[in-house]
Amino acid sequence: MRDPRLPNMPGTSMLKDAALTALVAAALGIFIVGFRTVDVGSRTGLAFDYHFADLGVAIVVIFLGRLGLSLAAMGLRWPAIALGVAMIAAGASPMKLPSGFLHWFVALGGVLLVIRAVWPWADQAIHAAARTPTGRVVDKIGTEWVGRGLGWVLLGLAVVMPFTPFADQKTMDLGVLILTYVMLGWGLNIVVGLAGLLDLGYVAFYAVGAYAYALLSTQHGLGFWAVLPLAGMFAATFGILLGFPVLRLRGDYLAIVTLGFGEIIRLVIINWYDFTNGPAGIGSIPGPTLFGAVFAETAPAGGQTVSEMLGIPFHGIHRLIFLYYIILLLALVTNIFTQRMRRLPVGRAWEALREDETACKALGINPTNTKLTAFAVGAMFAGFAGSFFAAKQRFISPESFTFIESAIILSIVVLGGMGSQIGVVLAAVLLIGLPEWFRELGNYRMLAFGLAMVLIMVYRPRGLIGHREPSIRLHPVASGGSG
Amino acid sequence: MAYFTQQLINAITLGAIYGLIAIGYTMVYGIIGMINFAHGEVFMIGAFISLIGFMICSMLGIGSAPVAIVLVLLIAMAFSSVYGWAVERAAYRPLRGSFRLAPLISAIGVSIALQNYVQLVQGARPKPGGQIVSGGFNLFSLDGFDVRVSWLQIIIVLVTIVLMGGFTWLIARTSLGRRQRACEQDMKMAALLGVDVDRTISLTFVLGAALAAVAGTLFLMYYGVIDFFIGFLAGIKAFTAAVLGGIGSLPGAMLGGLLIGVIEVFWAAYFSSEYKDVAAFGILVLVLIFRPTGLLGKPEIEKV
Repeated sequence: MRDPRLPNMPGTSMLKDAALTALVAAALGIFIVGFRTVDVGSRTGLAFDYHFADLGVAIVVIFLGRLGLSLAAMGLRWPAIALGVAMIAAGASPMKLPSGFLHWFVALGGVLLVIRAVWPWADQAIHAAARTPTGRVVDKIGTEWVGRGLGWVLLGLAVVMPFTPFADQKTMDLGVLILTYVMLGWGLNIVVGLAGLLDLGYVAFYAVGAYAYALLSTQHGLGFWAVLPLAGMFAATFGILLGFPVLRLRGDYLAIVTLGFGEIIRLVIINWYDFTNGPAGIGSIPGPTLFGAVFAETAPAGGQTVSEMLGIPFHGIHRLIFLYYIILLLALVTNIFTQRMRRLPVGRAWEALREDETACKALGINPTNTKLTAFAVGAMFAGFAGSFFAAKQRFISPESFTFIESAIILSIVVLGGMGSQIGVVLAAVLLIGLPEWFRELGNYRMLAFGLAMVLIMVYRPRGLIGHREPSIRLHPVASGGSG
Repeated sequence: MAYFTQQLINAITLGAIYGLIAIGYTMVYGIIGMINFAHGEVFMIGAFISLIGFMICSMLGIGSAPVAIVLVLLIAMAFSSVYGWAVERAAYRPLRGSFRLAPLISAIGVSIALQNYVQLVQGARPKPGGQIVSGGFNLFSLDGFDVRVSWLQIIIVLVTIVLMGGFTWLIARTSLGRRQRACEQDMKMAALLGVDVDRTISLTFVLGAALAAVAGTLFLMYYGVIDFFIGFLAGIKAFTAAVLGGIGSLPGAMLGGLLIGVIEVFWAAYFSSEYKDVAAFGILVLVLIFRPTGLLGKPEIEKV
C-alpha cells in the first residue's frame, strides 16, 4: 500500500521533502501566526503580541510529521509508529510549551501519524478477512445489517431514550438538537443526495419556516399545528419561486445562486424592521400544544396545562420530551417520504438526473420540472424544521440563519455519504453531538469542521457510508440493502 | 451632476478592488472549471498580512508612504501566494478526477477553516489599520458641491491599472501565459505536448492569490478596518463580478468588477445602503438567469 506519489526515496530527499513542507508552513505562519495584533488600551491602535515560539514548535511538528508520513508511505512502519508515539508522549507530557493548544497539536499529529502507519495493516486484515468464505458471509450480513437493522436499532433507541435514566435536561436538549439536524440533513439529502443539486442556501427555507411560525403565532395567534403545514407550503413556494429560474443552470452556478439567495433572505430579514423586527429578532413565540394544552406551570386564561390534563405533577422536562417526540416524528416523516419517493417515477428521475442529465433529456425527462420537485420538497421539509425550531427556541433572530448553518447541514449530508439516509444520522451525531459534548473545543470546533470537510473529500469522497447507487438498476449488481 | 461624478469616482475605486479579486476566480474557473470558494479568504489573509506589514514598517521607521506601500504590496503578494499554492496542493489537487461537486465542497471546507484559523490566531475583533495615505484634491466644484479625488483613490486605480497591464502581458506574451491558455483549452492535449499541467495550475492559483492580496492591501488602505470575515462578502461580490463579465474572460472580470462597484455605490447613494448587498446578489441571480455566459463570455458547449 505504498503511496504512488512517493517512490522509494533515499533519506536525504525525504529530509528535503520534510524541510520544504516545514518551509511552506513557516511562510504560511510567519505573519498571521507570528505577529498577533492586539488592541492597546482605549486608543484605536494595535500592537504586536509575538508568537514565534508557538510557530517554531508547530514547524518542528510539521517537519517531523511529514518525515513520519514519508516513512510510513515507504513501508517503514516501525520508525513511523515510534515517531508518532514519541509525539503523543511529548504532547501528553507536562513539558512547558508556549500554549495549551500546542500540546493538542503535537499529540494529534502523533495520533494521525500512528493511524497512517498502521492503516495498511488494518486495510490488509480487513481485505484478507473479507476474502475468506465466512468473511464474505459476515461482510454481506454486515452491509445488510447496516442497511436495515442498524436503522431499526437506532430508531428503537431514539424512541425509548426519554425514559432511560440519562434523560436529563442536557441530554434531551442535545437529542432535540441532533434530531433537528437529522431532519434537515434528510431534507437536504433529497436535493443534494438524490437529485444531485448542490444547494448552499438551504438555511433560507429553514428561515422562511421559522419566521412563518413566529409571525403567524405572535401576530395572528395561530397555533403550532395549524402553522406547520403552512410553513412547509411557504418554504416550498419559495423553493419553486427561486428554483424556477435558476434550476436550468449548471451545478456550481446553482450552488452560488442558492448561496446568494440564502444571503438575500437573511439581509431582508435584518433590514425589514416593520415586518421581521430586524436584528432584534422575534421573542415570546408560543410553544407547541398537546391537544390544546400548554406546557407551563400555570395555564393561561381559559386554557389548560398538560400536567392538569394528564393529572401529573408539573416538571420542566415534560416540554422537552414533547418537543423531542415532535421532532422525531417530523424527521421520520421526512425519511419515510424520501424512501417512498425514491421508488416513484419522480424519485427515479431525480436519481437518473443526478447520474446523467444529458441522457435524461434524451429520454424525455424534463430536467427543470424534475429538479423543481426535488427543490420544493427539500424546501418544504426545511420549512417544517424551521417552524419547529421557532417553537422550540421561542425566540428567533437572523443570527440563527447564517451561511455557516447551510454549510453544517451540507457537511452532514456529505459526510454521511450523499444519498444515504442512515449516513445522515451517523454524521449528525458525529458533527453535532460530539462538539456539544466536547465544549472545550470552543473556537477550534469550526476550524476542525472545515478541515474535516476537506479531508473527507480527499480520502472518502463518498462519505462514511457511501451510497450513491440508484434505487433501481436495469442489471442489479450485488450490493447491500438500500440505506 | 457633481454628486453623480463623486459617486462614480468612488464606484471606480471599489470596482478596481473587486476586479482584482475577480481575476482569481475567473482564471481558476477557466483552467479547471471549479469555483475556488476559498479565494475570498486568500484576499482576507492578504489584507491581514498587509496590516501586519504596515505595522512592521512603522516599527522599522519607514516613514515614506510610497516605500511602505510598495514593500507591503510585495510582502502581501509573496506570502498570500503561498496560501494560494498550499490550498491548491492540499485541498484541490488530490480531488482532480473526483465527482463534480467534490472540489467545491472541499473549497467550502477550506474557506471555513481559513476563516476560523485567522479568527483564532488574530482574534475576532475588527482591526483598525490607521491612515497610510491622506489628503486629496478638488476636481471641480459645482453648485457648491466639491468633487474630491483622494490620493488614495488615485493610488488604488493606478496600482490596478499597472497590475492589469502587467497581467495581460503575462497571459498574452510569456511562455507561462501560453501554457496557461493551452491548459484552459484542452488540458489533456497540453499535457501530451509537454506542458506540465500540475505546475501550470499551481501557478494559476499563485497568480490569482497574488492579485487577491493586492486587493486586500488596497481594501485595508481604503476602508481602514478589516476583520476575519471580510473575505466572505468580498469573495461573493467578486465572484458575481466574474460571472457578470463572463467567467473565464480576464477583461470580463475587470469590467464585471467595475460594474459591481458602480451598482453597489450607486444603489447605496440613490436608494438605500441597507440593501446594497441584496442588490449585488440580485444582480448575480439576474445575470445567471438571463445571460449565463456573462457580458464577454463565450457560450459553453456541452459535450457528452
